[in-house]
Amino acid sequence: MLEIKNLHCRLEEDPETVILKGVDLKLEPGAVHAVMGPNGSGKSTLSYVLSGRDGYEVTDGSVSFAGEDLLEMEPDERAAAGLFLAFQYPVEIPGVSNMTFLREAVNSQRKARGEPEMSAGEFLKLTRAKAAELDISNEMLKRSVNVGFSGGEKKRNEILQMAVLEPKLCLLDETDSGLDVDAMKLVAAGVNALRGPDRSFLVITHYQRLLDHIKPDIVHIMADGKIVETGGPDLALKVESEGYADILSRSAA
Amino acid sequence: MSETMDPRAKATEALLASGAADAGRGGLGALKEAAAARFRSMGAPMARDEYWRYLGPAFNQPKEGAEPADAASATAPSPFAAAEPLVAAFLNGRFAPEHSSDLAAEGVEIAPLGAGAAPGWAAEALGALEAEGQSPAPRPLAALNGALATDGIALRATGAVARPIEIRHLGETGGAVHLRHVIALAPGASMTVLESGVGAAGFSSVMEAEIGAGASLSHVRLQTDPRFQRAATHLFARLGAESQFKSFTLSGATAGEVARNEAMLWLEGDDASAHLAGAVLAREDGKIDNTVFVTHGALRGESRQVFKNVLNDTAQGVFQGKILVREGAQQTDGYQISQSVLLSERAAFNAKPELEIYADDVKCSHGSTTGALDEAALFYLRSRGVAPSIARRLLIEAFLAEAVEEIADAALADIAREESRKLVAALVA
Repeated sequence: MLEIKNLHCRLEEDPETVILKGVDLKLEPGAVHAVMGPNGSGKSTLSYVLSGRDGYEVTDGSVSFAGEDLLEMEPDERAAAGLFLAFQYPVEIPGVSNMTFLREAVNSQRKARGEPEMSAGEFLKLTRAKAAELDISNEMLKRSVNVGFSGGEKKRNEILQMAVLEPKLCLLDETDSGLDVDAMKLVAAGVNALRGPDRSFLVITHYQRLLDHIKPDIVHIMADGKIVETGGPDLALKVESEGYADILSRSAA
Repeated sequence: MSETMDPRAKATEALLASGAADAGRGGLGALKEAAAARFRSMGAPMARDEYWRYLGPAFNQPKEGAEPADAASATAPSPFAAAEPLVAAFLNGRFAPEHSSDLAAEGVEIAPLGAGAAPGWAAEALGALEAEGQSPAPRPLAALNGALATDGIALRATGAVARPIEIRHLGETGGAVHLRHVIALAPGASMTVLESGVGAAGFSSVMEAEIGAGASLSHVRLQTDPRFQRAATHLFARLGAESQFKSFTLSGATAGEVARNEAMLWLEGDDASAHLAGAVLAREDGKIDNTVFVTHGALRGESRQVFKNVLNDTAQGVFQGKILVREGAQQTDGYQISQSVLLSERAAFNAKPELEIYADDVKCSHGSTTGALDEAALFYLRSRGVAPSIARRLLIEAFLAEAVEEIADAALADIAREESRKLVAALVA
């Protein structure tokens, strides 16, 4: 599904700042991997580089996604190929309604894949059903994208987009940040409902608590731009009990 | 003798000589002498004049050999057709009955001005607001229009006019056209006036409107005809007590096109309300200038100016907006916003907001912003699979929405939105 090899990147505007220093990661179809790490370890940058955000220059390494060179693709092409990033800070777009936004996204992706557009009725039915599961009201669907949404509403809105777009690979960037326990359960239930043999997840998080609700198969610890340790779900628990410092000093030793 | 003339005087005489041959001006003939004298006294606009700094003297240099439009597109259907308006059409500067509706409707008196004598009220009103509007800042092209106008329409509403009235400007020649319209609303009357087409390579129109107490005038203008070179329009409106005026203009310009839209409004009765809005989409080296002057002269007046500009390539946008609050015009509420999105590093937007306040209990605010499309929003859209051109289009439409939403009538707002979408598509293509 996704294979990252020796990925290096730096900031375009400040080439001295190297953020990723050789990331290796392989994600099989249906697998759920977590990437944990202290602040500044490069976790979010990894998600940005995978989604094609401007401002980063890949200096070495490769990323293949479903057999294609991901780094050669434009952000919208990556989305059409099945990659989805749930943003840590979802963007507000005044004047563009949530529904218009979602419909343009669905139909743009279908067009790019050479599929027929979804009919207005079909789209409405699908979106309303998925929204109801995430406790998103019709009124929220009509409002401008993320404008006036609470932190929890924004994150649920991300999961709604994911549910409607049905990507092959979901990157969740600090989706638990800013969420209370109830909102986190709702978001996790939304994510778990999407788990399946053909869909992979890369869950980026600082804390273990989200992983109580979205159980990973594999946990990676990232530090200073590299994966420094990989293990089973118990590795996340170790982070919780020991903190990053112990694990990092051990892996450095 | 011409060698000794200074450049302004030379331009002034050249413009006065540029009008159509004087083949009868009907009710407008009476305007000619006084308007020509006014125009000569202030002269053609020059680049150093206060309100012409940004646009420059484009109107003194009409493009040579402007191409005649093809006859088929000259009479193309109006975008307003869906609103089923009563149409008063002008072809090459002359009232064209063959393209017009039967000019009879409940609650309104309609008379073309170019053929016979003007109705008494119109004869009296013609030129009055324009002359008053020449100070404190001169509006030379409005006076020039008075000197050269060949035709126009007089509209007088005495009640609620149900059907919108569309003034449609058609053209099939490359020449210059000067039209003069005069509007009056009796107390309590209401009317919607639409304008479409530009109709000539060199187009000029002046509309003078007296809005009686409690009356309401709505104005929606589509300045999207792609065949003009120069368009100068002036809108003068005086508002009585508790009256309302709402005006929206959609302007598009591309290579070689320059439009200057001036509006001068006086809120002279208490509790009057005036809203002016504009959506501007220009590309290539197109230039669009909105120059607005709102005078509050009575109690509790409310005015609002909302102008949105989207500029690509080397296009230029100008917004000059002034709110003048006279002594005694207490509890005035004046608001003005002009914003621009530049899609190219070579596009430019100049804004000149002005507040001049002589009353001590007023609320007035103005703001102006210029920037690129929001990169974060563009990336967010693209990360969901939306193609770049569609992402830009969505953000531009959202940016324009605040201006388009100033149109109260939903069906007319839909038409304006649809027309703006066509211009946006051309802009992001």
